[in-house]
Amino acid sequence: MKKPEPVQVIKQRRDAALAALAAEVPYIRFLGVEIERRGDELTTILPYSEHLVGNPILQALHGGAVGAFLEIAAQIELAWSIYWPQMEAGATGLKTIPKTIDFTVDYLRAGLPRDAYARAVVNRSGRRYASVHVEAWQDNRQRLFAQATGHFLMPAQNE
Amino acid sequence: MATANDNKTAIAKQFIAAIPHSKALGMKVDLVEAGRAELSLDYDPRFVGDPESGVLHGGVVTALLDTAMGTAVVNHPQSNGGTATIDLRIDYMRPATPQQTITAKAECYRVTRSVAFVRATAYDESDDPVASATGAFTVEGVK
Repeated sequence: MKKPEPVQVIKQRRDAALAALAAEVPYIRFLGVEIERRGDELTTILPYSEHLVGNPILQALHGGAVGAFLEIAAQIELAWSIYWPQMEAGATGLKTIPKTIDFTVDYLRAGLPRDAYARAVVNRSGRRYASVHVEAWQDNRQRLFAQATGHFLMPAQNE
Repeated sequence: MATANDNKTAIAKQFIAAIPHSKALGMKVDLVEAGRAELSLDYDPRFVGDPESGVLHGGVVTALLDTAMGTAVVNHPQSNGGTATIDLRIDYMRPATPQQTITAKAECYRVTRSVAFVRATAYDESDDPVASATGAFTVEGVK
C-alpha cells in the first residue's frame, strides 16, 4: 500500500492553492476579505473596517459591501469545488474565478460594526452553469444577517 | 437661480459623501430628481475582479447600483428619510470595459407605506447596459 502523504505537504498544497485563488483578485484585497479552511470547508471572513460602512449613524455595513462579500464567498467556494480534484491530483496555477450571471441578496438585518462570516454551498454545478447559495452571519451562526443565491458560468476547463 | 432638482442633487452629494463605503469607492452623484438618481464611479485597478482582463468585480457594480437605488428611494416624494435594502437582484449582462467609468441610473417606481420598489441599470461609456438590478427597499416615515 502507498504511504499517505505527510500532513504538512497536504496542508501546504491546499493553502497555497486557496491563497492563489484569492490573491489574484484586487477587489478581494480592497475589501479585506480573508478565507479560512478546514479540510475542504471554507469560511469567508469580512473583518470590520471603517471603509465598509454604509450608514454612518448606525455604523451599519453598506449593502453593496455585504453583497460583494457574499458574491466573493460564492465564487471562491465554486472555484474551490471545481479545482479540488485537480489540485489533489497535483495541479497548480488554478486561478480562474467563475463569472457571475445573476446574484440575489436577501438582507435579513443590518450588518453590525463587527466581523462577518460566510459559507457557501454549491447546490448544482453542471458543465456550463452553477447555482450557489451563501449564508452570512456575525455574532451568532443561527442568526443570519444576509443570504444570497447566484448563478455562475463555469470556467472553461483546459483539457 | 437654483432649481429644486439642483438642490436635491446638492443634498444627495453631501449625503453620499458622508457614507464611508461610497467615499472609499469614489462614487459621485451626477443627477437627482424625484424618485430618480444617477451615480457614477471611475475605473480603479484596486476594484478589479478578473486580473487577466482587468474587468471590475461585480461587487463594485452592486455597490454602485445599491447606492443609486437607495438615493432614488430617499428622493421619492413619498419618502421621508432613510432607507435600507430588503432585497436586491443583479443581472450581469456583460463585463464592463476596463478603464471606463461606470454609471448607475436608478428609478424608484412605486412606494407603498412600507416598501419602495426600485429598478436600476448600470452602463460603462457605451449605451449597451452592463448590469441591471431590481430591488425592494424599506420606507421610513411616509409623508
